[in-house]
Amino acid sequence: MATTLADDLKPLHHPKTWIGKYVWSQDHKVIAVQYGVTAIAIGLVALVLSVLMRLQLGFPGSVPWIQPENYLQYVSMHGMIMVVYLLTALLLGGFGNYLIPLMVGARDMVFPYVNMLSYWVYLLSVIVLVIGFFVPGGPTGAGWTLYPPQAITEGTPGYSWGIVTMLVSLAIFIIAFTMGGLNYVTTVLQARCKGMTLMRMPLSVWGIFTASIMGLLAFPALFVAAIMMLLDHLAGTSFFMPTLFSFGQTTDTVGGNPILFQHLFWFFGHPEVYIVALPAFGIVSDLISVHARRNIFGYRMMVWAIVIIGGLSFLVWAHHMYVSGMNPYFGFFFAISTLVIAIPTAIKVYNWLLTLWRGDIHLRVPMLFAIAFIFTFIHGGLTGLFLGNVSVDVPLSDTYFVVGHFHMVMGVSPVLVIFGAIYHWYPKMTGRMWNKTLGQMHFWLTFLGTYAIYMPMHYIGILGVPRRYFALGETAFIPDSVALANAGITIAAIVVFLAQGLFFFNMIWSLFRGPKADPNPWGAASLEWQTPDTPPVHGNWGPKLPTVYRWAYDYSVPRPERDFIPQNEPPA
Amino acid sequence: MPLAIAIAALVVGSVLFHLVSPWWQTPIASNWTSIDSALDVTLWICGLAFVVLNLFLANAVWRYRHRPGHKAHYEPENATLEKRLTFWTGIGIIGMLAPGLTAWDKYVTVPEDAAMVEAVGQQWQWSFRYPGPDGVLGAAGVMHITPENTLGLDPTDPFGRDDILVEAGEMHLPVGKPVKMVLRSKDVLHDFYVPEFRAKMDLVPGIVTYFWMTPTVAGNFEILCAELCGVGHHEMRGAVVVEDQEAFDEWQAGQITFGEVLAQASPASRYAMFATADVCIGTNNWSNP
Amino acid sequence: MSIFSRLAEKSWENPGNRGLVDPQDYRPDAVTVGVYVYFGVATIVFTLMAAAYLVRQGMDTLMDHGIDGSDWVAMPEPALLWINTGVLVASSLAFELARLSARDGADERMATMTKLGGLLGLAFLVGQLILWRQFQAQGFFLAANPANAFFYLLTAAHGLHLAGGLFACGRTVGLMSGGAEERRVRRNVRLCAIYWHFFLGVWALLVALLVTT
Repeated sequence: MATTLADDLKPLHHPKTWIGKYVWSQDHKVIAVQYGVTAIAIGLVALVLSVLMRLQLGFPGSVPWIQPENYLQYVSMHGMIMVVYLLTALLLGGFGNYLIPLMVGARDMVFPYVNMLSYWVYLLSVIVLVIGFFVPGGPTGAGWTLYPPQAITEGTPGYSWGIVTMLVSLAIFIIAFTMGGLNYVTTVLQARCKGMTLMRMPLSVWGIFTASIMGLLAFPALFVAAIMMLLDHLAGTSFFMPTLFSFGQTTDTVGGNPILFQHLFWFFGHPEVYIVALPAFGIVSDLISVHARRNIFGYRMMVWAIVIIGGLSFLVWAHHMYVSGMNPYFGFFFAISTLVIAIPTAIKVYNWLLTLWRGDIHLRVPMLFAIAFIFTFIHGGLTGLFLGNVSVDVPLSDTYFVVGHFHMVMGVSPVLVIFGAIYHWYPKMTGRMWNKTLGQMHFWLTFLGTYAIYMPMHYIGILGVPRRYFALGETAFIPDSVALANAGITIAAIVVFLAQGLFFFNMIWSLFRGPKADPNPWGAASLEWQTPDTPPVHGNWGPKLPTVYRWAYDYSVPRPERDFIPQNEPPA
Repeated sequence: MPLAIAIAALVVGSVLFHLVSPWWQTPIASNWTSIDSALDVTLWICGLAFVVLNLFLANAVWRYRHRPGHKAHYEPENATLEKRLTFWTGIGIIGMLAPGLTAWDKYVTVPEDAAMVEAVGQQWQWSFRYPGPDGVLGAAGVMHITPENTLGLDPTDPFGRDDILVEAGEMHLPVGKPVKMVLRSKDVLHDFYVPEFRAKMDLVPGIVTYFWMTPTVAGNFEILCAELCGVGHHEMRGAVVVEDQEAFDEWQAGQITFGEVLAQASPASRYAMFATADVCIGTNNWSNP
Repeated sequence: MSIFSRLAEKSWENPGNRGLVDPQDYRPDAVTVGVYVYFGVATIVFTLMAAAYLVRQGMDTLMDHGIDGSDWVAMPEPALLWINTGVLVASSLAFELARLSARDGADERMATMTKLGGLLGLAFLVGQLILWRQFQAQGFFLAANPANAFFYLLTAAHGLHLAGGLFACGRTVGLMSGGAEERRVRRNVRLCAIYWHFFLGVWALLVALLVTT
């Protein structure tokens, strides 16, 4: 069936006013920046919360107004903001929006209006989230996992109002994400330009595409869980609430099952890890390939690994629940599925390494971040095998080992990729180049600083120090040296926190004062660098859509001797 | 170039850190050496992968750094190499899973002769119950809780009469005897965690969870809560005293049984206790008497 | 080309586009793809709720968890439930006729059937509201029992989806009278029909769940 709906003949909505162009914009690139700026802004709030937590842990009592309830609120809000409102929104809403249409050769997302709506609904979810800080009782302190019964039971900070704003905000976020995700998936399926076969797509698109599908299938679990918990809290149902005897009162709830919530939560929560990781995998593959002037090694394996990881990640959720009181025999299945998922993940690591091998590595700032990602991801991925290996998880669960592991694998690693990606695409997005020295300083402080933060945590965790503790107190098995380590970690955290100032200064200063950038400063072959304008204008491609003749990785091709061949260059 | 050096230095530094770090597992005080050895195997395999992969990374960054005239090699894929790498990764995975799953199999299989001990969590303290001479824990549930019957034993269950109640936050265990820890929570999730025992398990309100272990070293150990349970989470402590059988028997003889609690209770509070047993059957709408 | 052979393509060999068809010549349009992708989302939403329903109902006793499912008291199945089901079937049938008419180019019949389908859909939703009120009047409150809570949750989720479908259906009818492109109208009618069939299927599974437990 012939259609004109998505391609050249479809009139684009060209706004005339400044507000129409930059506020109520339907241009995927503007929406991407809106998503990105909002996500980073709320991410900064979470970053400040983490510094407050570290102050309490490193120098207990140094900030007198941090009480146990505040500490737990910081823990909870830091986790939820970072995972959902920063990483998911930035990688899919930000990079997904910017890169998909440009990389597959489309004029825009297929549903630009829905795309715009997605951003505004996301902004609403962020506003509701922020309101949570100001309601009576403050935000929820139930941990980012929001486990009932404690999330809605006296004794937990924010159990009356904070949890409501949190759950409502999540529900709104999921609606926003679903609108965005439908767009990303449909655009990749339906709006690729001529010649862009599935296997000619850059891995960034593969990562974002797979992660979007996973998000569409995983977020509903959180949505259902959030609605059910809201009903338990506000309407008195007993989905998750058994009879409790809490603070001298027996509750009216009967027979609910707290573990049911955990299953729903982790059915979302584990794929969520890969929703964050897969776009990062994809993007970092492209950064490595471009800056090593070499095609990504084993492209097909890389694509298959992304798809296999995406599928398998729906079968591993209960590895977060080995000691939750669920049927212990589940442990066998989930340990095996969890360790099996390590195989495609390891293949990705091998292929990144083999891409570097015999390459021509230009250690520009984006590449520094990409290589640092390989290091931190190897570290974080391997420690995941400890926690997945069921019986090894028993002593380690809910200790600082877990904190070290997941910050390494889904905190530091994706964030390094995000920084690398921002440095990489900044010249295309703004038409200007950032300052190299500031970029390098930012890199070294961030990379070495985060390793100094999280590496010791693994050892403190193996010792047995439990997480989510406001203070360790007088505990016989914890030696004084742990306090020393905590102080050191806090100092490293503050250094890393301050180092981000270099990044923001560099980005903002370069926006106005940076030298004009070349349209394709890195010599990249993929389509987004071949736009007629830099930065690309609304509609991306001028009068005619591009046609693609080759895959995205024709670097250093021997015959003809060419450093790179753009995807839209016809064969000789 | 500094990056290659930095990565190599981080690898060497991490290994050195591992060797000189003052922080490692606490001395084990239970039978779960199999968990420790599964951890060791995992550590060796993962540690090897960490060192090899990252040194390869540092080496590649060093050897193939950009120099004028240097050119990248064109090679889209190498199926043989990738298959080989997949195979060896699979071997490593199996090597880790085998001890991990073997230990788990033991963990979920409670020995027949394990003695039952119940730990009950509430915000933010621990209580305990021993089955008494009959070796059976009487039925219990939060609906039976009254000011005198704080653990919520069913007053109509004859098996509960000889149950020994310990509310001091300190439990005792005989050394060398397997014990099945039966876990209940009155209010929210908790987790019974003694680092030296390695084993742990969540307490879930509404259901009964368990794990088992054999304490092997006499001494005093601290019980911590390892599942966020509210503002007092970090202060929810208890103690386990592991001692020889004689000392344990002596200690147990000094504790109060539920039968004694019932006998000592005033008629009014005894009435309240039994009322919970009547009212709660088959209805879902009752209030605390 | 099957998806597997497309995913096995060695895309670095043979640059160029010989043998490749212009994507515009074979792809379904974006809205159709989007609706199908959304079916994936809806499937997972209802599957998870059904799974939660079964777990909460007392599957856990099978797993030796000690949770006693005895607080579960199943809801009755009044005649209205079956009447509503019949209305929804009729609505789906009307949409199917509209779809067939759209395929055959019988625009007038298509318009009539679309409107009829939409009205029957609306009747279903009204019937569901009456069913809720009936249950409320009989004392089957949301919080009284988990079976009730799940009933309201599932029917609300299903009803909201149909309300969304009615909105789309209304827009399609608006397009018809507004004299929009024929092709677009026919596509929308086709999608409404598919959407209705999908949520009829969901409803059938929900009824089966409610009746068998």
